[in-house]
Amino acid sequence: MPPRLLAALVAALLAAGAAAAQEKPLAFTGARIIPIAGQPVDNGILVVQGGRILAVGAAASTAIPAGAEVRDARGKVIMPGLVDSHSHIGGASGADGASPVQPDVRVLDAIDVRHASIQKAQAGGITTVNVMPGSGHLISGQTLYLKLRDGRVIDDLLIRLSDGSTAGGLKMANGTNSIRTPGGPFPGSRAKSAALVREQFVKAQEYKARRERAGNDPEKLPPRDLALEMLVEVLEGRRIVQHHTHRHDDILTVLRLQKEFGFKVVLHHVSEAAKVAAEIAASGVPASVIILDSPGGKLEARDFALENCAALERAGAEVGLHTDDSVTDSRLFLRSAALAVRAGMTRDAALRAVTIANARMLGLETRVGTLEPGKDADFILLSGDPLSVYTEVEQTWVDGVKVFDLANPADRLYARGGPGAGDSRRAVLCCFGSAWDIIAAANGGAGQ
Amino acid sequence: MKTFLTTLCLLALPALPAAETAAPLAIFGETLHTLAGPAIKDGLVLVRDGRVTYAGPAAGRAVPADHRVLRAKVVTPGLIDARATAGLSGILNQPQDQDMLDRSAPLQPELRAIDAYNARDPLVAWVRSFGITTLNTGHAPGSLVSGQTMIVRTAGHSVEEDVINPAAMIAVSLGGSAVNRAEGPPGGAAKSPGTRAKAVAMLRAELIKAQEYARKREAKDETKRPARDLRLETLARGLDGSQRFLVTAHRQQDILAALRLAREFNLRIVLDGCADAPLVLEEIKASGFPVILHPTMARASEDTENLAMDTAARLAATGIPFTFQSGYEGYVPKTRVILFEAALAAARGLGFERALAAITLDAARILGIDARTGSLADGKDADLALFEGDPFEYTTHVTTTVVAGRVFADGPR
Repeated sequence: MPPRLLAALVAALLAAGAAAAQEKPLAFTGARIIPIAGQPVDNGILVVQGGRILAVGAAASTAIPAGAEVRDARGKVIMPGLVDSHSHIGGASGADGASPVQPDVRVLDAIDVRHASIQKAQAGGITTVNVMPGSGHLISGQTLYLKLRDGRVIDDLLIRLSDGSTAGGLKMANGTNSIRTPGGPFPGSRAKSAALVREQFVKAQEYKARRERAGNDPEKLPPRDLALEMLVEVLEGRRIVQHHTHRHDDILTVLRLQKEFGFKVVLHHVSEAAKVAAEIAASGVPASVIILDSPGGKLEARDFALENCAALERAGAEVGLHTDDSVTDSRLFLRSAALAVRAGMTRDAALRAVTIANARMLGLETRVGTLEPGKDADFILLSGDPLSVYTEVEQTWVDGVKVFDLANPADRLYARGGPGAGDSRRAVLCCFGSAWDIIAAANGGAGQ
Repeated sequence: MKTFLTTLCLLALPALPAAETAAPLAIFGETLHTLAGPAIKDGLVLVRDGRVTYAGPAAGRAVPADHRVLRAKVVTPGLIDARATAGLSGILNQPQDQDMLDRSAPLQPELRAIDAYNARDPLVAWVRSFGITTLNTGHAPGSLVSGQTMIVRTAGHSVEEDVINPAAMIAVSLGGSAVNRAEGPPGGAAKSPGTRAKAVAMLRAELIKAQEYARKREAKDETKRPARDLRLETLARGLDGSQRFLVTAHRQQDILAALRLAREFNLRIVLDGCADAPLVLEEIKASGFPVILHPTMARASEDTENLAMDTAARLAATGIPFTFQSGYEGYVPKTRVILFEAALAAARGLGFERALAAITLDAARILGIDARTGSLADGKDADLALFEGDPFEYTTHVTTTVVAGRVFADGPR
C-alpha cells in the first residue's frame, strides 16, 4: 500500500472512530425546553460548544453567539439526556458462584461496548447509565457509570473523576436473590446475609485502620487486598453502594447497615417501598424504583406497587427510576416516568427521577442531569411531550455529539427493532464509503 | 380457634372480586367507541341482565329510573387478550402456581386449560383492572404440543361461571431452544425433539396417527373401533376443523413450517408470536390465517431477536388480520397488559383506530366470539372499559371495567 494511501485510510478511520464535539457553537432554537433545573420554557434556545452547555433559556433572554450553527427545533421538546441508575446493558456479567462477597470483581472487565443493547439505550435517550453486575450475591462487584458515547473500546465511555479514577459504584443485594441452599459459602437466610455483610465491613474498618496506622511506611502496610480496598472506598464515601432490595424488612436492613457503617447507599427496586416510605424518607437515603407492568415474579415482589414512586415522593424521599434493562427496555425509559405519574407521582418529580435524581444517586450531579451552562452537553430531542406514548426520541446527544438520530435508518433499526437490531454495532461501517472515496482520490480518481 | 377463623375470614374477604351486583346500567361516554360503527360523541350504552340493550347517541334517549349511571370520557368495548397464560401461570412464580407448562412429554394436546385455570389468581384481577374482559388463556409455548387454551371472562368467580369456550385451541410450538431440548424422563421414551426438523417430523407422525384413529373410530363394527385415546381424540378435533391449532412460531422458517403443515393436513391454524412476520408477509397473507402478534414490548432474544415495534403496522398495511397478546414470559412481568402493548403499536405506525380494533373486534373475530363480544351493539355481552381520556396514553386511567354487566372498580388504575 502506498504511504499516502495508508495515511489517507488511517485518517479516514480515525475520523470515523472518535466523533469529537465541534468547536463551533451549536444552537437549537424554537424548542420547548425542559431544563429540569428550572421551569420549562416554550420557544427556548440551547447552545452547546466543545461538549458543554454554553447557554440555555428563553429565546428573548438567551443570546446565540456569533458564528454559531443554528438548528431549527420548533415543535420539538429538548430535555437533559436521561440518566439510568440501574441497567445491565453491554452484555456484562458479574461475579461467579464461588462466593457471596466479591467486591473485587469489576463490570469494567466484562462489558461489550458494541453490544446492541447500548445502541438501544441511546435510542431511548439514555446518555448516562450505571451498568451493574447481577443481584445473586451479597456484594456482587463494582458497577460502572458510563456516558453512552459512540466508542470503539470501553475506555471511550468511561467517566473520569477528578482524582483520575473511573466512576462507578458497588453492587450489593439482600433478600432471596443472594440466598442459596445452606451448606456452601452463600447465606441460607436473611439474618445470615446481614451477618456476612457486617463481618465484611468490620474487616474493612480494621483494614482501613491498619493502613492509616502504617502511614507511608511500606513495612507496616497490610498486604493489598482488592476486596477490602473496595470496601474501604465505600467506607470513605468515595464509592456509593447501589443496593438491590425488595421487601420492606429488607429495605430496613439496608438502612440499619447504612447507619452502622456510615456508607453512602442508594436503594434499588424497592418493590415494597410504599410500606416504609416514611422510614426511607427519614433516613435521607435515596431510592431508585423499578416500574413493572404487573407485580409478582417472586415472593418478595408480590406486593410490588405502581404507587411506590408517589408514596416516596409524598413522604419526602429522593426518588429515581431505572430500567434494570433487560427487565424493562431502555428504549422505553420515559414510559417508566409516565407510569409513575399514572400512579400518582407529580410530573416534575417523575422527570427529575429519570434525570437529576439519578445523577445525584451516582454522584454525577455536577456534570449531568440538568440543562445548565457548564454542564455536559447531554440532551435529547423529542417529538412531543416526554410522558406521552405518542412521543419518540428523535435525537440523543452526548458531550455535544449526536449518537442517535431516528432519521438515520441504521439508528432507526435499533429504535424500532427488526432483523439486525440484535447485532453488535459494526466497526466504522458508516465510513468505509468515505474511506474508499479518499483512497480513490489518493489514486488520482482511478477507483479501487 | 374462633379468633383464628375470624381472622381467616377477614383475610379472605379482600380476595373476593370487587364486583358489584349486576344492576341495569346506563353508561355515558363523551366519546363512545362501539366498534360497530364510527366513534360517537356523547354516546350511551344501556345494559340489562349482562347484555347491551342500546349503544348509540345519548341524545333523546331516556334512561330508565332503575339504571345505575356511570360516566366516562371514553368508553370502549372490553379488551380481549387473545393469548395469555394468566390463571394458569400465577403471580408468585412459585412451583405451586405455575401450571402453564407440563414438560413430562412433548405432545400433550389432552391437557385442558379448564382443569388448571385459577379464576382468582391476582393476575386475572390485575389485567381486568386495565379494561380486559376476555382472555384466551391456557397452555404456554415451550413444548411441541403443550395443551389447549380456553376463552374465559375475567370476572374472577369460577372457571365454570366465567368460561366462554372451554376448548378453544390446541397450542403447538415450533422452533427454539425451549421446544427442542431433546429431553425426557430418565429411561422414558417421551423425549422432546432436539431440532426443528425433528419437531415437525414428530408432529406429522402424530397427526397421521390421529387421522388413522379418527378413521378407525368411525368403523361400523363397534368391536373394531380402537379404545378411546384422549390425545388422539384432541388432535382429531383439530384435524376435522372443530378445534383450531394455535401455532407459536417466531422465526420465518418456523412460520413457513406451520403453513406447510396446515396445507398438508388441511388444518385451520392461528399463527402466534411471529417475530419474523415482516420477512414472510406475503406467505402469511396468502394463507389467510390470522396472527396473534407478540407483545410490542416483548424482549428480543433468540427466536424473537428480530421482533420490531412496528410489525403490527406492517401486518395492518398488508391486510393480515391480527391482534395482540400478553403471551408468556418466565420472569417479570408475570403478565403483560394488552392495553399497553396496543398503545405502543398505535404510536409506532398502527394508529389509534386500528390499535383499538385489534384488541376488541378483531380479537373477537379471530377467537370466533364476535357474535357476543368485541363491539357494543344490541344483544351483545355488556363487556366495557371506561377511561378518563385517550385509552392509550400512558397517564390515562381505566376508571371501571364492566364484565358481562358486572361493574368492577379494581382501579382507577
